[in-house]
Order: sequence, then C-alpha cells, then structure tokens
Amino acid sequence: MSQAPGTRDVALHAHGGVDGSDVRTVQVQKSLMTHNDGVAAENRARFGDRLVLNIVSSPGSGKTALMERTVADLADTLRVGVVVGDLETDNDAVRIHGAGAPSVQIVTGAVCHLEAEMVARAVDGLDVEHLDVVVIENVGNLVCPAAWDLGEDLRVTMLSTTEGEDKPLKYPRIFKDADAVIVNKIDIADAVGFERDAALDAIAKVAPTATVFETSARTGEGMDAWTAWLRERQAEKRTAIAGAPAGAGVAAERPR
Amino acid sequence: MHEMSIVLSMLDLAEHSAREEGASRIDAIHLEIGALAGVVPEALEFAFQGARDGTMAEAARLEVDYLPAMARCAGCEADFELDNRYGVALCPTCGTPSANLWQGRELHLAHLEVT
Ligand SMILES: [Zn+2]
Repeated sequence: MSQAPGTRDVALHAHGGVDGSDVRTVQVQKSLMTHNDGVAAENRARFGDRLVLNIVSSPGSGKTALMERTVADLADTLRVGVVVGDLETDNDAVRIHGAGAPSVQIVTGAVCHLEAEMVARAVDGLDVEHLDVVVIENVGNLVCPAAWDLGEDLRVTMLSTTEGEDKPLKYPRIFKDADAVIVNKIDIADAVGFERDAALDAIAKVAPTATVFETSARTGEGMDAWTAWLRERQAEKRTAIAGAPAGAGVAAERPR
Repeated sequence: MHEMSIVLSMLDLAEHSAREEGASRIDAIHLEIGALAGVVPEALEFAFQGARDGTMAEAARLEVDYLPAMARCAGCEADFELDNRYGVALCPTCGTPSANLWQGRELHLAHLEVT
C-alpha cells in the first residue's frame, strides 16, 4: 500500500542507542487491522450480491437455536449458508445442518473471535455461488470479536432475557457497532424477571441507530419481523449491486 | 485472549516497516489505542512479552497512548467524551444519544524507534 507523501518521514531524532548507534523514528501510522481489513474486503468482493451477517452474542444467548429457526423460515425463497465459529466442538454446525442449510465449521481453538482469513478459508467449503444469504455465527463472546471485520454487510448483536438488562452498557463497543440488536428468549422474560424497558433504554443509549428485534426462537414470537427485515436487506443489496455500473466497487468498505 | 492476535499483527507490521527503512532492530513501538477498542493493557503487555522473542522487537519497549472515546451530537453538533466505563453516548448539552463515535475504536501503530 502506498503512502501519501509526507506521512513517512524518517527523522534522525536521537543519537547514541544502547550500542552507540543512531536511533531513528519511523512513522508508520497504520491500523493494526490493516491486514485483516484487506482480507475482509476480498471476502466482501467474493460474496458479491449475497447478504452477509456477522452474528455476535455471549455464550448461551440461544444464537444457534435462533439461526436454526431463521434458516428454516427463510428457506421458502432464500438459500442460506452458515459459517459457525466455535472454540471446539462442531455441535452447532451439526444443528444448523439439521435445519437444512449448508454449513461449515471453523474451530478456532484458543482464539476467542473469528478473523477475516478464517472466514475466507471456511467459505471455500461453502458453495457461495448458489446462496442468497451467508450467516456467520461468531464465537460466543461480547468483547473479542468487535475489532475484526469479516466482510459482512450487517453486524447483529444478540442478548437474551437471562443475561441482564445492563449488558449493552457493559459491552458498549459490540452494541455500538451493531446494525441490529436481537433480544432473544422473550418467552421466559417474566419468569426470569427481565426488565424490558430498562433493556430497551440501555440499547437506545448505546446504539441509537440499531434496529431492535425481540424474539423467541422457541415459540417463534417476533421471528416474522426479524426475517422480514432480513428479506428486505437482501433484496436491497441485490438491487444496489445489480444497478451499480460494471466494475464499481459496491460496498467495498462497511460504513461505520 | 484477542490481545495475542493484536500483538502478532503489530509485530508483523512493525517488522515490515522497520525492514523497509533498513533498520536492524526495533527499540520502541508506539501504539494509539481507543478506550473502546476492547484491549486490556495488562493483557497486551503480557502478550507482547510472550510473542516478541526472535523478532526484531525482542528488546523493544511498548508504549501505548490510550485515546478517550469521543462522540459528536447529531442534535447540537457538540463533541463530547463518553463515559468510558459504560460507553453511553448521551450529549451532555442536549441529552441526545449519539451513534457517531469518531474516536475510541483505534488500534493504531503510530511510529517506531529503530536502529
Ligand atoms: Zn447535543
């Protein structure tokens, strides 16, 4: 990557390093995410007009159950593929596969988040050409995945009614970057003493522009609004890319 | 611990930049990290100690400037610092919640000292 003139001056700023040699200052001025962001841009180009979601949540929020149901609900008109990031087992991918969607597992081992390169390799195992929507289930963790762009169109952050209303305040970054926030397990909200107003207020303060959905993957409540929104976003992206002049880099960068 | 991934990217970028300048050793690495970047300072230092052996930065200092999270109000266009503990972006002037976080996510390699 070339730099603008003047951003890379090498100044002799001190003499006499530890062994008597000259210490120089080298201006770098680059993000530590430069490499990842480059791969994410390649992923984005490869996904073409498919709608790509990056779903983040804490462990136990019911993300896999929600995705099973989402895949099943969309299946009448849309072909959905799922990339599942997990520390160890492949249980989640097996479950998604059971729901009828092609899926591929990324076992991250000790790594607590997905990176663009992992997704690039995983997508080799997914027949992307024949899909309309790609769902990337990130590792269950509300801190670590935040900084890594995977090439998604939409970041979706999930919490469940069992987790406490103040979660958005405790993990502001992952909620702030969310295009949509899902509050799941609303069927047991009363039983666990979930304070809905406090939760919605916390989300509105941290992520005022995010679209909020309240769902129950178990009863199906709220699923219609969520899947209708996904269908709209998918149609929107398809239209935008079909209407773009050939060679134009549509959505090369995810706006923040 | 995602700090290890961040440190490995940092070492790659630092070594690449140092080599481009014909340096043989990195004496210091200066980072700028936003308050909402999700980096724990102790974990970053720990990861650095664990990963630097055998690199040009084997004996380097790691110096980090932590940048406060800053937002701009859509209502009155005031710039304000977020309450970093919670990241709630309510404008102190007019109370509007802001989605426009213009500083606080940085994971930035500013400069190196090399010989
Ligand atoms: Zn204001």
